[in-house]
Formats: sequence, C-alpha cells, structure tokens
Amino acid sequence: MTIHNLYIFDKNGTLLFYTEWNRLKNSGITREEEAKLMYGMLFSIKSFVAKISPLDMKKGFLCYKTNKYALHYLETPTGLKFILNTDVNAHDVRELLQKIYSQVYVEYIVMNPVCKLDEPIKSELFKEKLDELIKNSPFFVSKSV
Amino acid sequence: MVIYGVYIVSKSGGLIFNHDHNIPKVVSEHTFNHPIDIKLVNENKKIVVSFGQHDGIMVGHTLIAVNGTSVSGTQLDDGRDALEMIEDKSNYPLTLRFTRPRVTTNEKIFLASMFYPLFALASQLSPEPKSSGIEVLEADTFKLQCFQTLTGVKFMIVADPAQTGLENILRKIYEIYADFALKNPFYSLDMPIRCELFESNLQALLEQAEKSSNITHV
Repeated sequence: MTIHNLYIFDKNGTLLFYTEWNRLKNSGITREEEAKLMYGMLFSIKSFVAKISPLDMKKGFLCYKTNKYALHYLETPTGLKFILNTDVNAHDVRELLQKIYSQVYVEYIVMNPVCKLDEPIKSELFKEKLDELIKNSPFFVSKSV
Repeated sequence: MVIYGVYIVSKSGGLIFNHDHNIPKVVSEHTFNHPIDIKLVNENKKIVVSFGQHDGIMVGHTLIAVNGTSVSGTQLDDGRDALEMIEDKSNYPLTLRFTRPRVTTNEKIFLASMFYPLFALASQLSPEPKSSGIEVLEADTFKLQCFQTLTGVKFMIVADPAQTGLENILRKIYEIYADFALKNPFYSLDMPIRCELFESNLQALLEQAEKSSNITHV
C-alpha cells in the first residue's frame, strides 16, 4: 500500500499545494498545466455525478479507481478541495483527508496570520506536519521503482 | 441489491444504448402560505429550488405542479405563468409539488460523451505507469462501474454503493451484447442498439442479479 501524491485547490481552482511521495510516472506536462487539467477533470466529474445520481446527494463525489490507483476527493463547504492518490487497496482514506484538513491545514495555515488563504502555501511548518501525518498513516509504505 | 441503470458507449464516445432499471421517484408536496419560504429561480426554462430546503424539498428540485395542475416549463397547463402565480398574494394558500429532475435522453447522450474525456484524463493523470481509465466511480448515493472491452466499447452500470459483483454483471452484459446485438444482421456497428432480444435478455439478467447477490457463482 502506498500514497502517491496530494493536491490542494481553493474554491477558484488555484493550486494551493502539491506534494508527492511515491510517484512513478509523470504526466509529461508542467505542474501548472497538470493542476489545471486535474481541476478541470474534478469539476467535470462533480457536474457529471450531480446529473447522473438517481437520488439527492449529500457528500457527492467521493473517489474513483482505475486498475493502478485510486483518487480520493474531499471538498469542504468553503470550497477547498483535497485530492489524495493512493493505491487501490487503501481504505478509510477519507478519514486521513479529513485529518489533513482539520489537523494540518486549519492548524498551520488558517491559524497562521502570515499565510494568505488564497495563495500557494509556502509554510515549511505545514509541509513538515503534513509529511509527518502521511508517513505515520498505515497506508504509507514506500515502494521502490 | 439495487441497479439504477445501464449505459453502453461506443468507442467514439456516443451513447449507443441505455436502460433505466428502477430509478426511485422523489416527489414532495407541501402547502405554502404567503410569503413562500423557499427561493425559486427560473433556470433553463424550468422552475428550480435554489435555497431553503425543508420537508423533502431539496435544492435542485423542479416545480411540477401548482394546486394539482401540472407545470410544463415555466407555465401551467392552463397557460398561466407559474412564477407570477407564486408571487401573487391572493392565490395563497398554494400547494406546490416538486420532484428531482429526471435525466432526459438528450442529457444522457451528453453525459455519455462527457465520461469519455474523464476516462482518458484519469489515465493520463495517473501517478503510476500504464494505468487504465476509471473503473469505479463512487459517490454517496451511487456507484458507477465501467468496463471497457478490447475494442473500446464501454459498458457502464449505475448501482447502489453497497452493490457488489458488478464486474461480473458487466461481463455478462458484454456476452449478451456479443450474442444478441453483434450477431443481429440488422445491427450496424457503433449505431444505437435497437434489438428486442438484447433488451429482454438484459432485463432478465438485471432482475436475476437484483434477486440474488450470488450471481458471481452461477
């Protein structure tokens, strides 16, 4: 089991933060382009899911899986979007995403008056704490190439 | 076991078959006094709830009847404008009926072609090499399982999130497709499937699947 990478977007689609742990394939485009592509895809998935759903939704889109990886999605009511890619066997990743939001983002970005909320995250403390949380999670096992 | 629908998309992204299985009807009716406590807006020629959910009336639901008279678009069947009627204080109390909008055939074609790039992007944005496209997409109210054949045809099934064994059902649908659609001399490839035998066999399969979760062992 492994965790590949994490994206954080704000409500306007700005990439606030990107980090990777075990990424074995690069998309072959620049990070900004990739972020736009990712946000566009999620935006479309959201409207797709809202239309095709047979019932009224509460949380909406949760995750998708391919044969190689799973993408887990958490959107807060304020429009922040957390995207974590893991391998397909990881479960309860939603809890981890919730933790990233409440225990790392809120604690070290929202409560830090020097951090602007709609700009990419530069805080070293945030990166450190995030790394710590991810590396302590049970899914995180480094996979050699 | 609940299956909501089956979609088949050709390799160029066009919807060639769709079957609604049993989509639950969400209808709610409520009698209102003036002033009305929900916000209604005119959206795409429909009257849609935009704020103030209560008593089963949810944001996104459309108005389908006023005092028992059905509404088509923004007009009542007798020609009166529904929004004007709702604004007029002398018409109260009013009984309004709302429903979750059903997906029209046009929208289904639109959604099918929308899934195509999503499928491709999921594989391009993969952190692992040689990833396929989306196989399972989960939301809190449903699960969409997709199976792409070697020839590029996609079979999709929308079901309850707790439903298991969907891969096997999809494979069986593929079998039915190969037997009753492809072997039908009147069927031309990549065109919408209109074969009675195909439909009846599919229907039977879905019913059997809903009855027993043991279809995997049949």
